[in-house]
Amino acid sequence: MKKEIRRMLDGNGAATEALKLARVQVISAYPITPQSPIAEKLSELVVSHKLEARYIRVESEHTALSCAIGAQLTGVRAATATSSVGLALMHEILGVASGCRVPIVMPVVNRALVSPWSLWCDHQDAMAERDSGWLQFYTENVQEVMDFILIAYNIAEHTEILTPAMVCLDGFFLSHSTQPVMTPDQETVDAFLPPYRSKNLFLDPKDPMFINNLTSPDEFSEMRFQQKVAFERALDIIPEVQNHFAGIFGRQYGLLEAHECEDAEVVLVTMGSMAGTAKYTANMMRKAGHKVGVIKISVFRPFPVAQLAGLLKGKKVVGVIDRSAGLGAQGGPLWLEVKAALPDNDTRVFDYVAGLGGRDITEKTIETIFTGLLQKVNKKDANPDAPGVCWIDTHPDAMSVREVIVND
Amino acid sequence: MYDIKNTAKGLVAHGVSTCAGCGLELIIRHILDVLGENTVIVIPPGCAALFSGYGKETALRIPGFQGNLENTAAIAAGIRAGFEVQGRHDITVLAFAGDGATVDIGIQALSGMFERGERVLYVCYDNEAYMNTGIQGSGSTPFMAATTTTPGGKPSRRKNMLEIAAAHGIPYAASASAAYIDDLKKKVEKAKNTDGPSYLHIHTPCPTGWGFDPALSVSLARAAVQTGAWVLYEIEKGKLKLNSKTTKLKPVSDYLKPQGRFKHLSDKDIQDIQQEIDEYIQVLASRSENQAVI
Ligand SMILES: Cc1ncc(C[n+]2csc(CCOP(=O)(O)OP(=O)(O)O)c2C)c(N)n1
Ligand code: SF4
Ligand SMILES: [Mg+2]
Repeated sequence: MKKEIRRMLDGNGAATEALKLARVQVISAYPITPQSPIAEKLSELVVSHKLEARYIRVESEHTALSCAIGAQLTGVRAATATSSVGLALMHEILGVASGCRVPIVMPVVNRALVSPWSLWCDHQDAMAERDSGWLQFYTENVQEVMDFILIAYNIAEHTEILTPAMVCLDGFFLSHSTQPVMTPDQETVDAFLPPYRSKNLFLDPKDPMFINNLTSPDEFSEMRFQQKVAFERALDIIPEVQNHFAGIFGRQYGLLEAHECEDAEVVLVTMGSMAGTAKYTANMMRKAGHKVGVIKISVFRPFPVAQLAGLLKGKKVVGVIDRSAGLGAQGGPLWLEVKAALPDNDTRVFDYVAGLGGRDITEKTIETIFTGLLQKVNKKDANPDAPGVCWIDTHPDAMSVREVIVND
Repeated sequence: MYDIKNTAKGLVAHGVSTCAGCGLELIIRHILDVLGENTVIVIPPGCAALFSGYGKETALRIPGFQGNLENTAAIAAGIRAGFEVQGRHDITVLAFAGDGATVDIGIQALSGMFERGERVLYVCYDNEAYMNTGIQGSGSTPFMAATTTTPGGKPSRRKNMLEIAAAHGIPYAASASAAYIDDLKKKVEKAKNTDGPSYLHIHTPCPTGWGFDPALSVSLARAAVQTGAWVLYEIEKGKLKLNSKTTKLKPVSDYLKPQGRFKHLSDKDIQDIQQEIDEYIQVLASRSENQAVI
């Protein structure tokens, strides 16, 4: 029988609690705003024996992930968490975890990358790692942070997947926002998440193997191909695990979530905490008679192409909010995926870059986007097919902000 | 599970792909002889990765992991922690890295591991340059040595990594040489039994990178010690103990002259190097608690 208690937790608290419930045995974390409370709280749990684990107070994120990989290869769940430039510093090692099929689950508290310095949320840190071979989950609220981490373990460690996973939570909007969270008890989680056992690769003098040596062109592509197959299988296995989770805990999740999409004239594709605002705004606009809908992408890697295409079938106009700039590309990373998911029919997909470096994505932002999209449907837009990315929330005088004066 | 095609005498295959006369090859065999099968090795890219092997083949009979150039100490610390929480305290975790992977790009992770007091045996085999990538200069390349990135001779001094390691207050740090295997083996045994981080910095001649006859590897390593260009000593709980002589040393030219990387040196350069050695030897002798034995 499931036993859960309702607790007030912020996103960092929920992430910490989920790692504890997963019984991680080695922790190596390096503090960075807004992830620091995770690194701190885990050390506190260890010192007070509320969590039986070794805490390695590492000197960098590069080491944090390296330690986690080393530890997990001996046959224990190892944990780390990071954000922003910390994730960027891990970049080299992310590929080691995924290539060696070490299924570490890592909370990533999304924060902008330098430069300029920003402490606040956007998705560029995680987007820069979208091809690192890690599964990527994005959460809307604190309950999802807790639940997605537990679900992610089950998926990452699945014999057919064996792939590490990032569970992304928006910096401050989730990491520091306190919300009621149904927190499962240890026994129920233990039943959902059996003790860890290394599969495939491990380090043990009783059964020696050498891991990660130089590999020839004869085998390299094949080993990448194996990873690709794992990502494809994940599209089936993730929903299975989510259903299993729902059977125990009563909360149903999917690869993505559709809100009021069926009869919608325009649909807005979102990711992360902005999804809540988007759904709320859609409800308001529906009350005013506008047929608008929202899709929330919960799993970005693997990208749920077929599911998204199914939901958007027949839609004339779709909007996408990218919380990262996608500089020099035809659109932001989420837009590129959405666009590529839709066959060459007459669905027009518009990209809106918003919420960078901690800027709030407000109801007003969403309403402006919906209004614009509706105008495109009704062809009231002066230039409905204008290509390019719309930076929806920049100041009109953007080019004069911190303008560089050339003294010559 | 390894499928062993040919049983080697020790834990290292007989046929390996290092160059003839490689100092590193000599010491890895002896080190693993001392440590035995209950050992896990971490090797970064570099010539030591020739022992990681290629594809489905490896040259080692113990479990191992090839990490990145910077994180040998970090991976080793993680492995140690993983074994510790499972109560497997008996396993030796050996980090085996080149000078580049140690004194340059890996120094941060190494310093962190030392500071935290993790029980890892860290070996730096020092061939005094980035050999595997084509003999580029490292922080351990000696003053005036020519490499492909110091073609005119390295204008700066090398880092004293042993002292840097010891300055962390780790329980055991020692230098060793490919020419003094008994001394090396004793030190490996001591390091293995050290409850905390231990550091061995081993001088391993590289005929390919230094430009000398491969048959002379061991005698050249010996010449380094006999001239004081390389000094054998241990620092145990802060106390320095010399293992090689500091008096009646041979002139450093005995060591420098056979090597291509020093062939551009003028007599004045050699004199300068001699003077530096003389001064450094005095410093070590005055800090030492004993008279040298070798
Ligand atoms: C981050 C990174 N930068 C550069 C390299 C290329 N690289 C491989 S081995 C090596 C030199 C290693 O030198 P050392 O540790 O002294 O080992 P040796 O080859 O001399 O045995 C370099 C620079 C790398 N593998 N990773
Ligand atoms: S280049 Fe030098 S260190 Fe590398 S294998 Fe050859 S002799 Fe050994
Ligand atoms: Mg070297």
